[in-house]
Amino acid sequence: MRQDREHKSVAAYLCGYISHMPARLDLLQSVTGLILALFIAAHLLFEASILISKEAMYAVTKLFEGYYFFGEAYPGIISFLAAAISVIFILHALTAIRKFPSSYRQYRLFMSHMHRFQHGDTTLWFYQAVTGFMMFFLGSVHLYMMMTVPSNIGPYASADRIYSDWLWPLYLLLLISVILHAAIGIYRLTLKWGFFEGKAGGKSKTIKQKHQKMKKIMFATAFVYMSISVMSLGTYMLIGYQHSDNAGERYHTQNESQAKTEPLSPNKVK
Amino acid sequence: MKNNKERQLKISILRFDPHIKGDKPRMESYEIEEAPGMTLFIALNDIRQHHDASLKFDFVCRAGICGSCAMIINGKPDLACRTLTKKLPAEITLAPLPVFELIGDLSVFTGNWMRGLNERLEAWVHEQEEIDFNRLEQRMEPELADEIYELDRCIECGCCVAGCGTIQMREEFVGAVGLNKIARYQLDPRDKRTDRDYYELIGDEDGVFGCMTLLGCEDVCPKDLPLQSKIAYLRRKMLEIGLKSDTHSC
Repeated sequence: MRQDREHKSVAAYLCGYISHMPARLDLLQSVTGLILALFIAAHLLFEASILISKEAMYAVTKLFEGYYFFGEAYPGIISFLAAAISVIFILHALTAIRKFPSSYRQYRLFMSHMHRFQHGDTTLWFYQAVTGFMMFFLGSVHLYMMMTVPSNIGPYASADRIYSDWLWPLYLLLLISVILHAAIGIYRLTLKWGFFEGKAGGKSKTIKQKHQKMKKIMFATAFVYMSISVMSLGTYMLIGYQHSDNAGERYHTQNESQAKTEPLSPNKVK
Repeated sequence: MKNNKERQLKISILRFDPHIKGDKPRMESYEIEEAPGMTLFIALNDIRQHHDASLKFDFVCRAGICGSCAMIINGKPDLACRTLTKKLPAEITLAPLPVFELIGDLSVFTGNWMRGLNERLEAWVHEQEEIDFNRLEQRMEPELADEIYELDRCIECGCCVAGCGTIQMREEFVGAVGLNKIARYQLDPRDKRTDRDYYELIGDEDGVFGCMTLLGCEDVCPKDLPLQSKIAYLRRKMLEIGLKSDTHSC
């Protein structure tokens, strides 16, 4: 390689090495995004246990509070989980924001390109950027609440929070943005790193067909998740509405009632 | 002989010549009769011959080989000579490619942009020894030769640049055309550059890590190059270098 390259940056001359940061930031963005998407995929399913029954949702809550492992519920586990997710969330936001338009001029150039081009994947990226931006705020509120009041989860506790405490508009927006963002993100991630592509070679046509297939899977998954999640949010709303006169009262499992023991919820006095 | 079955095409063209003092960008429409097998190349020549002799556009080969007739056709970049009018609606809008220097109307100067890119990426085979023209060239596996040739089919038309959302925002981004070139030389055993050398060229956010995977490049490439998977391949290769400890964090 020629040594007299003109375009070598000043920084490259100064330190004499190439910077590994662009590669690592890109990896960090992808890895944090993948973790968050997998987390959300599981989270939404666990949350949808309310569609089965209050009892099922209660069991899931207690599972994550460690009741089945330690014989006692520790909502602190939820706090810890929320804190860990928050760290990953912030790292992802920090690395993903590199891709946002950084000035009105850039924004306008992208928008006119997008409107002119009418190209699906370009437009999808815009949705991803918008939903990502929404989640800076919506996601932060949710994570902060889970960190600070982790015991406020349960068939009645969650329903009251959603209905009586007026969190449903936030959750509805968060739901839509998180599902879209995660689905498009995973799809883009597979293409970005070329997963499922096999060897570096390959004809464009077959690869394009694979892209189309992945896109279909992405849309189908997003649709299924959207349906399940909207239904479960609706169920929480309904429970919250029916329970609104007794808002704040906790759910007691049938086993507890039969055994006439103290309810499991550590926050029963609240 | 007039054929009543043929459509009347309304072709609207973004007209502007920055070299004419006082000229302002404007849309001008021309109505022409569609002919069987008509391409945009034929339609534009028809317009120039019968409507407006001052219309500027580029053509050389008329067969999708030279890459000079790339333009925005109803919002999408493509080669005018390969575009049949029958595949388009009766109202067609044409505009010059963005990003590149405008010569006038539909004519843009892709050449100097591509030259700058080739110089920046050193897009030529870097051999260590002097070539001995009296010796037979080193042999290459046919599969590898095919793979290199596949990427070498790029005609530098600029469609991928015009279809790239990233490059609209960030002019310094090398684009798919640049990354495809690196992928091509990286495959070539005659090029003695290492991945680390390539990392110096494209291992940053103006290079492979700036790509936002919008797929515009691959979807508009008139030569059907596997651009996205080549970018993914380079991303993996460049990450390997970026994860090594002898690189620096400055």
